[in-house]
Amino acid sequence: MAKGIWVYVEQRDGKVKKVTYELLSAGRKAADSLGEELCAVLPGKGVAGIAPGLGEYGADKVYVLESDALEQYTTDGYANAVAALAKEKEPSAILMGCTVTGRDLAAQVAQKLGTGLLTDCTDMALENGQLVFTRPIYAGKAFVKAACPEARPVMATIRPNVLAVEGTQAGRTAEVVNVTPNAGDIRQIIKDTVLQVSTRPELTEADIIVSGGRGMKGPENFKILEDLADVLGAAVGASRAAVDAGWKPHSFQVGQTGKTVSPVVYIACGISGAIQHLAGMSSSKCIVAVNKDPEANIFKVADYGIVGDLFEIVPLLTEEFKKIMAS
Amino acid sequence: MNIVVCMKQTFDTEAKIALDANGKINKQGVSLIMNPYCEFAVEEALRIKEKHGGEVTVVSVGGPEAQDALRQALAMGADKAVLVDPGMEEVDEFATATILAKAISGMQYDIILGGFRAIDDGSAQVAGRVAEILGLPVVNVVVKLDIEGGKAVATKEIEGGSQVLEVSLPAVFTAQKGLNEPRYPSMKGIMQAKKKPMDKKTLADLGLDAAQVAPKVKVLSYFLPSARAAGKIIPGEPADAARDLVKALREEAKVI
Ligand SMILES: Cc1cc2nc3c(=O)[nH]c(=O)nc-3n(C[C@H](O)[C@H](O)[C@H](O)COP(=O)(O)OP(=O)(O)OC[C@H]3O[C@@H](n4cnc5c(N)ncnc54)[C@H](O)[C@@H]3O)c2cc1C
Ligand SMILES: Nc1ncnc2c1ncn2[C@@H]1O[C@H](COP(=O)(O)O)[C@@H](O)[C@H]1O
Repeated sequence: MAKGIWVYVEQRDGKVKKVTYELLSAGRKAADSLGEELCAVLPGKGVAGIAPGLGEYGADKVYVLESDALEQYTTDGYANAVAALAKEKEPSAILMGCTVTGRDLAAQVAQKLGTGLLTDCTDMALENGQLVFTRPIYAGKAFVKAACPEARPVMATIRPNVLAVEGTQAGRTAEVVNVTPNAGDIRQIIKDTVLQVSTRPELTEADIIVSGGRGMKGPENFKILEDLADVLGAAVGASRAAVDAGWKPHSFQVGQTGKTVSPVVYIACGISGAIQHLAGMSSSKCIVAVNKDPEANIFKVADYGIVGDLFEIVPLLTEEFKKIMAS
Repeated sequence: MNIVVCMKQTFDTEAKIALDANGKINKQGVSLIMNPYCEFAVEEALRIKEKHGGEVTVVSVGGPEAQDALRQALAMGADKAVLVDPGMEEVDEFATATILAKAISGMQYDIILGGFRAIDDGSAQVAGRVAEILGLPVVNVVVKLDIEGGKAVATKEIEGGSQVLEVSLPAVFTAQKGLNEPRYPSMKGIMQAKKKPMDKKTLADLGLDAAQVAPKVKVLSYFLPSARAAGKIIPGEPADAARDLVKALREEAKVI
C-alpha cells in the first residue's frame, strides 16, 4: 500500500488559506478511491492549534512541523523541512495551492525529491488508478492532461477556487503527529515584510472580482469600483492598461502577465477584453462586462453585459446590489 | 560579475492555438518571441553588468529556431549565447532544468537570472530546479534587485505584499514584471549581435545521456477549451439595465 496523499497547509498568522481546504476535499476523495490516508503537512511556529480541526475537512493525520526557524516562510526552510519529511515517509502524492508560496515551495521540493511537478492545475482526477491533472497552457488557450507515471511522489499545485470544499464533517478530528522539522541552512534572510492592509479578499482567492481598465480614465475613479466591491465583499482587479498607466500596482493586474483568477463572478468595467486579459480570467464562472463599445471583445466571453457608460452604470449596480444584499 | 540568463523562446501572446493531426499543439506558422519574463531577466543582467562590470551569457534549451531569441538578447547587449538542442520529442521541467544546470555548471557565474514563468506551457519551476541542482539559493518573483559586496538584496512579491530578502552570491533570481523596463535592441546592437559567439551544443557535448534527462511527467492529451456560450446583453435605460442585471445574477445565474 502506498503511503498517503499529502496536502501542504498554507497559513499565515494561524489563518489557513481556503485553497488548503479545497485540496483536502479533493484529496479526501482521491485517498478514499486509492485506499490511502490523507495527511496534512503543517509547518510553522505556534500553529499546532490548527491541526486537529483539519480533520473536519478530511485529513486523517496532520504532521505538525513546529520550529522557530519556520516562524516565517522561507524557501529554504520550508523546502528542507517538507522534503526531509517526504523522504522519510514516502507519500505517493503531494498537493499544494498554486499561490505565490505554493509555487515557490513546490519547485524546490520536487527537485529535492527528483520528481515531477504539475503546476497551476485546474482539475485533478483518478484515471485507471493514477492521478491525472489538467492544466492550462498558452494562457488557457489550450489544456493538457498529464500524469507522473513512475516517479513518486507525484506533485501538483492547484489553483485556488477551482475545487469545491465539500463533505466537511463537523467534529471529525485528525490524528496529530508532531515532527521535529529539519529546516536546514536558510540562505534567504528576511530583512523586511510589507503587507498591504486591505479589508478586501486576496485577488486569487476572491469569489467576486470587480476589475477596471483604461475606461476608468484615472486612478481616482477606482473609488466607484471599490464601493461596488465592498458591497459584494469582492476583490478589485485591473487590466494591464490600468496598471501601466500607474493607476494600480502590478499586484492588481489580471491576465497573461498578471494574475490568473477563477472567481464565481468577474465584473469587467471599461476593459476591452484583449486576449492577454482574457487569459487571466476566462475560467471565471460568470463574467459580467460593462463597456460603452458594443463591439468590445469582452462581450464575446461575457455571460451578461451592459453596453453603456461605466460612470453611470457602476454606481447604479452598487445601489441595486445593496438592495438585494440587504434582503 | 558574471551573469547567466536562462532564456526561453515562446509563442507570441497573440498566437492562435490549434491542435495538429496527432492531437498535439500545432507549432506551424506560429510567430515566436522571447518569453516576456526572460526579457526582464536579460535586461536586469545588462543593468548589473553596466554597474558592476562582467559578462552576460544567455542560455537556452530548444530547437534551432531559438537562436532568434538568443540573437535578440545579444542585440540587447548580452555577450555570449549558448543553445542546447536536446533533440528529444518530450522534454519536461525536470529534463530542461537538468540540461540547463549541466550547461551552466561549466561556466563562471555569480548571478543566474531567469523569468519567474514561461508564458507558453511554463510552470514557474525550471529556474528553481536549476538552483536546487546547482546547490544555490533562489529568490523568485523579484521586482527589485540590488547587488553589493557579494550579496544581493532582492524584493519579491508575496501574497498581499512584498518582502525584502538578502542572499549571498552566487544565487538564482527569477524576474517578475515591474523589475525593469526592457530596452529595445539598437541598430548597432543588432549589427554587433551577428558577430557575437553562439555556441551550439548537444546533450552528448554536455556529457548527458538520455536516461539522465528522461522526463518525469507524461502528457496524456491536449485539448482546446470549449468556447464560452454567447452571453446576454441586458437592454434598456441604465437604471433598468442595472436592476435587471442584478436580478439575473441572483435569480438566473444564482451567483450572488
Ligand atoms: C506580452 C503581453 C502581455 C500582456 N499581458 C496582459 C495582462 O496580463 N493583462 C492585461 O489586461 N493585458 C495584458 N496585455 C495588454 C493587452 O493586450 C491590452 O492592451 C490590455 O488588456 C488593454 O487594457 P484595457 O482593456 O483596460 O484597455 P483598452 O483596450 O484601451 O480598453 C478600454 C475599454 O474601455 C471602454 N471604455 C472607455 N470608456 C468607457 C466608459 N466611460 N464606460 C464604459 N466603457 C468604457 C472602451 O470601450 C474599451 O473597450 C499584454 C500585452 C502583451 C503584448
Ligand atoms: N527551455 C528553456 N531554456 C532556457 N531557460 C528556460 C527554459 N525553460 C524555462 N527556462 C527558464 O525558467 C523560467 C521559468 O520557466 P518555466 O518553469 O517553464 O515557467 C524561464 O523564464 C526561463 O528563465
